[in-house]
Amino acid sequence: MGDAVISTAVNVRPPLSSPLEAARLMLARDIRLALRKRGQIIQPLVFFAIVTTLFPLGISPELSRLRDVAPGVLWVAALLSSLLALEFLFRDDAHDGTLEQHVLSGQSLAWLMFAKTAAHWLLTGLPLAVMAPLAGLSLGVPAASLGGIVFSVALGSIALSLIGAIGAALTLTVKRSGALLSLLTLPLSMPVLIFGARATELAIKGAPYGPPLYLLGALAVLGVTLAPLAAAAAVRISLE
Amino acid sequence: MTFKQWFHRLGSPPHVYAFAERLTPWFAWSAALLIAYGAFAGLVLAPPDYQQGEDYRIIYVHAPTAWMSLMVYSTMAVAAAIGLIWRMKIAHAAAASCAPIGASFTLVALVTGSLWGQRMWGTYWEWDPRLTSELILFFLYLGYMGLRSAMDDMQRADRASAVLAVVGIVNVPIIHYSVTWWNSLHQAPSVMQLARPTMPASMLVPLLIMLLGFTLLFAALLLVRLRAEILTRERSASWIREAVSP
Repeated sequence: MGDAVISTAVNVRPPLSSPLEAARLMLARDIRLALRKRGQIIQPLVFFAIVTTLFPLGISPELSRLRDVAPGVLWVAALLSSLLALEFLFRDDAHDGTLEQHVLSGQSLAWLMFAKTAAHWLLTGLPLAVMAPLAGLSLGVPAASLGGIVFSVALGSIALSLIGAIGAALTLTVKRSGALLSLLTLPLSMPVLIFGARATELAIKGAPYGPPLYLLGALAVLGVTLAPLAAAAAVRISLE
Repeated sequence: MTFKQWFHRLGSPPHVYAFAERLTPWFAWSAALLIAYGAFAGLVLAPPDYQQGEDYRIIYVHAPTAWMSLMVYSTMAVAAAIGLIWRMKIAHAAAASCAPIGASFTLVALVTGSLWGQRMWGTYWEWDPRLTSELILFFLYLGYMGLRSAMDDMQRADRASAVLAVVGIVNVPIIHYSVTWWNSLHQAPSVMQLARPTMPASMLVPLLIMLLGFTLLFAALLLVRLRAEILTRERSASWIREAVSP
């Protein structure tokens, strides 16, 4: 119903730029905006650092014991901090009506969602992957395994951003949605946690960590193909 | 009446309300009879297991509820998808009615599984892949209900929760297999083998009867909840007064 109205309105406008071009513009815009508000990028990283500090304090300062739990600690902290970062994905845009304009723009919303999620990953997932080795070192992880940690967090956080985008889009209109958002996204993120922690564990042991990494890649590909569609549908529902 | 007409009638709340009212006793009675006979056959007539003794009998509640927990989720997701695609209010109402039933079945499956685990493994909770994915499924149900209850606007709650249900059903197999894989790396295969091919007929038949009984029970509960859901949604409609007046 709403779609038909939109498409007739579009016909009288000048031709739209291609979906890819629109997505590129969206990506550039989101990154530029985020770089102007650096707190948004830094806060989840600080949160990640603090959470990984809590574990040695809570368990034991012995590096040998920490090394055993390091994969779980790193991944639980990464999961929580990506959850925290979801706050910034749509909230501001929804608040000032920009998101509504995106929906009305006539552009494919799924492509725009893909671009937004990609920007979000570049701004939160990738820095997390860069940050993870530092946290790993503080947990007594051997230096040789750091490459594996970076790869697994980088790949895993793609899927986390995409799953999170669906959850964030669904809870757009919900006030104080933090707890609900975690209830929606965490169960869906369990496979990422399992494979990510496994890849990290294998990397720490010095074993080949390819297989779980490939599975993380598979999850990311599945997410890239399906999640933007679901997120677009969810944004439409939240704004209608 | 052609199929198309029949399908269109499914979109009409008064029609579905009356239809559900008529069907409920059939499902409820057949479920009651089957479950009563299945319980008797399973708890009394079936022989004790040579390894687990009498303890295995909890399977007659555990397995059907575990089966229903997944089946209700699939039903919910299919109803939600129908509601999303054809904008059918009744389908959304059906999906919404499924969730509490499914969550209850999942909870019963978890509790009975944990009690069984206490007897078999000596511990109430074991990170067995089946129990773990059942627990995650329980969280998925809670998320679905949480999202619904967080939204005041019924239509938005319907459509948003429908997207979540569809996303969830895509994830259920992935979660299940990743948990199985995760578990097989960390511990030896558990002693419990649910799908023993050598299960004698005297044990298997009551299980199948219970399975059918629980499926019909779900249908009966769904119809009752669906009627309640329709009453809530259509409370300002005029046909309601006729339908509920004695």
